[in-house]
Amino acid sequence: MGLLSDPNRRRALISLLTRLNAPICVVCYMAGVAWFMGLAFEPFTLRTYMSENAMGSTMVEERFPAGERALGTGREFSAHKKKAGGMPVDWLVKTMQSRGLEVFTQRFSRRLPFPDEDKERYMVKGTNVYGILRAPRAPRTEALVLSAPCSPGDDNNQAVGVLLGLAQYFRNQVFWAKDIIFLVNEHDLIGMQAWLEGYHHTNTTGMDWSPLQGRGGSIQAALSLELSSDVVTSLDLVLEGLNGQLPNLDLANLFYAFCQKIGVLCTTQGKLQRNDWDSVSGYSHAVQTMMLMVMKQASGRPWGDHGLFLRYHIEAATIKGINSFRQYKTDATTIGRLLEGMYRKLNNLLERLHQSYFFYLMPSLSHFVSIGYYMPAFGLLALILLLRVSFQPRLLTTYLLTDGVPGVLSVLTPLVISHLTGVALYTLPIHFQEIAVEHFPVSETEAVVLTAIAVYTAGLALPHNTHRLLTGRGTENGWKVLKLVAVLYLAVLLGCTALINFSLGFILALTLVPVAAFVTPDVPKALSAFIMVILSPACTLLFSVFLFQELQEMPVSFLDGWMLYLSVISQGILDHALYGSLVYPLVALLVYPCWLLFWNILFWK
Amino acid sequence: MMPVPSSVPQPKDDFQEELVIRPLHSGDIYASFQFRTLWETDFMRGNKVSHYRLFPKSLGQVISKFSVRELHISFTQGYWRTMQWGQPFLPSPPGAELWVWFQDSVTDVDGTWKELTNVLSGIFCASLNFIDSTNTVQPSASFKPLGIGNVTDHRFLRYATLPREIVCTENLTPWKKLLPCGSKAGLAVLLKSEKLFHSSFHSQAVHIRPVCQDWQCKTTSWELRQTLNVVFDLHTPGQGKLEWSLFKMFSRTLTEACPLASSSKIYIDITDDPQGEQFEVSPATHLLSQAMVLGDRRTFSVYDLTQQITFGTVRSLNLLIRWKSRDMLRPLLHAERYVAGYGLQTGEIHTLMYNNHPYRSFPVLLLDSVPWYLRLYIHTLTVTSKGKDNKPSYIHYQPSKDRVRPHLLEMLVQLPPNSVTEVTVQFERALLKWTEYTPDPNHGFYVGSSVISSLVPSIVAMDTNSTREQPLFSSFFPCKEESSYFMRVYTEPLLVNLPTPDFSMPYNVICLTCTVVAVGYGSLYNLLTRSFQIEEPSPGLAKRIANIIRKMRGVPPL
Repeated sequence: MGLLSDPNRRRALISLLTRLNAPICVVCYMAGVAWFMGLAFEPFTLRTYMSENAMGSTMVEERFPAGERALGTGREFSAHKKKAGGMPVDWLVKTMQSRGLEVFTQRFSRRLPFPDEDKERYMVKGTNVYGILRAPRAPRTEALVLSAPCSPGDDNNQAVGVLLGLAQYFRNQVFWAKDIIFLVNEHDLIGMQAWLEGYHHTNTTGMDWSPLQGRGGSIQAALSLELSSDVVTSLDLVLEGLNGQLPNLDLANLFYAFCQKIGVLCTTQGKLQRNDWDSVSGYSHAVQTMMLMVMKQASGRPWGDHGLFLRYHIEAATIKGINSFRQYKTDATTIGRLLEGMYRKLNNLLERLHQSYFFYLMPSLSHFVSIGYYMPAFGLLALILLLRVSFQPRLLTTYLLTDGVPGVLSVLTPLVISHLTGVALYTLPIHFQEIAVEHFPVSETEAVVLTAIAVYTAGLALPHNTHRLLTGRGTENGWKVLKLVAVLYLAVLLGCTALINFSLGFILALTLVPVAAFVTPDVPKALSAFIMVILSPACTLLFSVFLFQELQEMPVSFLDGWMLYLSVISQGILDHALYGSLVYPLVALLVYPCWLLFWNILFWK
Repeated sequence: MMPVPSSVPQPKDDFQEELVIRPLHSGDIYASFQFRTLWETDFMRGNKVSHYRLFPKSLGQVISKFSVRELHISFTQGYWRTMQWGQPFLPSPPGAELWVWFQDSVTDVDGTWKELTNVLSGIFCASLNFIDSTNTVQPSASFKPLGIGNVTDHRFLRYATLPREIVCTENLTPWKKLLPCGSKAGLAVLLKSEKLFHSSFHSQAVHIRPVCQDWQCKTTSWELRQTLNVVFDLHTPGQGKLEWSLFKMFSRTLTEACPLASSSKIYIDITDDPQGEQFEVSPATHLLSQAMVLGDRRTFSVYDLTQQITFGTVRSLNLLIRWKSRDMLRPLLHAERYVAGYGLQTGEIHTLMYNNHPYRSFPVLLLDSVPWYLRLYIHTLTVTSKGKDNKPSYIHYQPSKDRVRPHLLEMLVQLPPNSVTEVTVQFERALLKWTEYTPDPNHGFYVGSSVISSLVPSIVAMDTNSTREQPLFSSFFPCKEESSYFMRVYTEPLLVNLPTPDFSMPYNVICLTCTVVAVGYGSLYNLLTRSFQIEEPSPGLAKRIANIIRKMRGVPPL
């Protein structure tokens, strides 16, 4: 601070920052990216450890014996599912009742805003079946949830089998202190959404469901099980939930601890962890794992049935059985034991899981990067915006003072216009699908996606010099005020996004910050326009799709990638309509208008 | 030896013990112990009672010292599952419940109540001392005196629950010590804690009230009723027939009645199958008894423990029952409650009351006592049944005062037949002061059960079976006493999360705040408020002398 109170030195500092503004910004950008890449380097990360004492030191013994019988139940379930052509409600109710649970059902129905072509559904009608195992001498204040989806085809029959097997085994144990709810949900996330909304009696998305008859108090934790084969080679832990929310890290630690104890291979993002962190391939493996997590989190969609629990402050994760060509196999009894151990430890909880981190990235299942380590990467990018606002040579406020403040209208008009474009992008696709289907040979889903792309593109062609019409004269420095506003807007927008969903904020910052930093009306138009389009949110999404496929080791051709891109857009809109994901409105209503402001500056006359 | 003065009559006291066993529809078994001590004495009006025989002295002293007219205390572990088990003989909420009517001679009721809870806390080894003004209410209608007496001014009533209280052996032992025979003889030998606490539900209670000595009610006597209810879980998958025996449940058999007891009986509810097709009771008994219980006419097999013949040749009684479990019974009235919404700012309490009677509506009194840290928005109170607004005919609402007293809401609501009535009220979660959080704040905060009291139409009254042998004149109009019965239902307690700071944080926050204030804010403030000027270095000596000369010459200085 002595530096700043000395006017000479202050002047020197300001002149340094002003003179070297561009190099400093470039250095910041590089440093931000480098910091982010360094997060996956093992010596820089922390080992996971159990923070919750109630789950840490206590010993539990896993004795679940009936894996084979559970698989038999799963086969029976599959037969009844085929016969019923969907959820075998009566059979499930009977089976759960015979296992000594209090059984309830919930019907729900939902008409999607437009047909979901990925999952081939439009009018969704279904039934959830759940059984509550009442803990002896507990006053129904706390509960744990174990769920398995009733999927179409032959998927997840084993999961339901294991769920029913565990229910039977748990029923005969005396140590339960929390009610345990065994839930079989139909239509995966839609059923889960209906059940959770029914349980908490909220209605955020306008779904029809019948009220629940039985409850178990406040839910402390939930696991969702996905298992489609009798034996598995490894278990995958899925953490990313709605809007990039993550469960408490202790839940991941618990899973990892039991995998280690029982000797089951465990993965996250489908990637085993490697021990050779000092080799290049080991490091790039960790980077891939972390990047996958960042991409999934940024997408803001629930990546498993657990994803919707997080909104209700219920720690939840999905455990997925993966059967690959490895030699080493794990049978259903072992999976049952793993779950038994996890539930016994969760049963020991005195408080909700709160001791460990809620904001983290995982380069492998045994290592994590906490918020304190990854935020500087974003901070370095955001710093560029601040530097551009305060010290950009031609954007200093002195200019404004000498020139006189240009009319408010000249700034307000582009702001309003670009936001109206954003509103159009948000509302038109769904409302115009019928008209589009009538006039063009496309399906509803295509109509929605193509309308979205059309509105997006049309936004680029909007008249950009409306301020001249309104104020009557073109102000020389009007664009500077607009840029000041736009850069501040972007800084606030990205800052808030990164606080809620770091991954989304970081990916947007990576592409938008360079645009915000360099764009002026004086740069070569054609080249800059090309770069700006490349760095626009829509193209960011396109690149992300390709990168995601690349990271998953499933590269796609350009045409397949384009089809995937279209389906990702439709899924994003659906996620918003069905579960209340915020990424689509965020991009349409805030990020895209903000980008349009910079586009406006480029074509300022 | 001092001769006993003949003017002082010997206190007349009497002790009875009883065990009712009812196989439940869900396949569980319900055992209810009742021990009753009657004593014709007068604790009031400065009467010093010092000679105790059957009545426990500790409670007698409590009654006389605190001028208690009625005292009801219960400790319950678990929640009574009305949907599976039907109605209990004596309902109680999870945790501890205490309600006391004081004599109208008491001037400082709150002070007496405070002292009383502390004394009871010692007697029952329970945390009743946590009862204070923040969880005590004065219900205006829900809790009327159960004994004789005509004072119903609710200024003398105090009601409190501790939903978090955990009941265990340390509460059972002092409770058993109040019995005249302790746990040495009689039915109380069955009360072994290792079995009693290996159950689905456990509830023990003490009720003290003045009752009439005879039907003319010329003299009153004090009744001490100790009850213990327990439900054992008999779940064995894939087995049609269930089996139960005294030894299996209590790991004891009975060998004698309590020698001090005037009556000692075991009742087994065999109503559902008097022909013995589904039921098998051994040893068999021919003593049958009928009684009206909770609006239903029940049949019981009776075993009189005072008769030696009951114990047979082995001088030990081990009752054995085999039966089949059947479908669920729909209770006429049951209720549930839950918290709706998400997030830590607001929420909504939903109370659902089910009237399963096919054609009769009946009124219920709903009592809700909500701690102050849930700030009820009483204008959002809605009562709906069958989709229509149901206006309560009586509402008594006492708003809370922060850190002083809880919300009290009492309503008289008419439940239409075959309907669900939903009472909703929104609340806001208060931010507590940091010392007010419990040691485990992330566990959540408890809200006690709401109490639903009602006169429920009896099943017997709706019995259309006219083949039963009855005189014609008696069967035309349903008898008033049988047409409805009193019932109390408790909902589950709620666990509500309040916004909780991270308690490991204060240290970090203090450090950070101090640093920011000391370094950052201080200098920034300095920078912003001070005006900076460039100070000319002081001129040299030659220059100063030159300036003085120039000043004298009247020329401007250098």
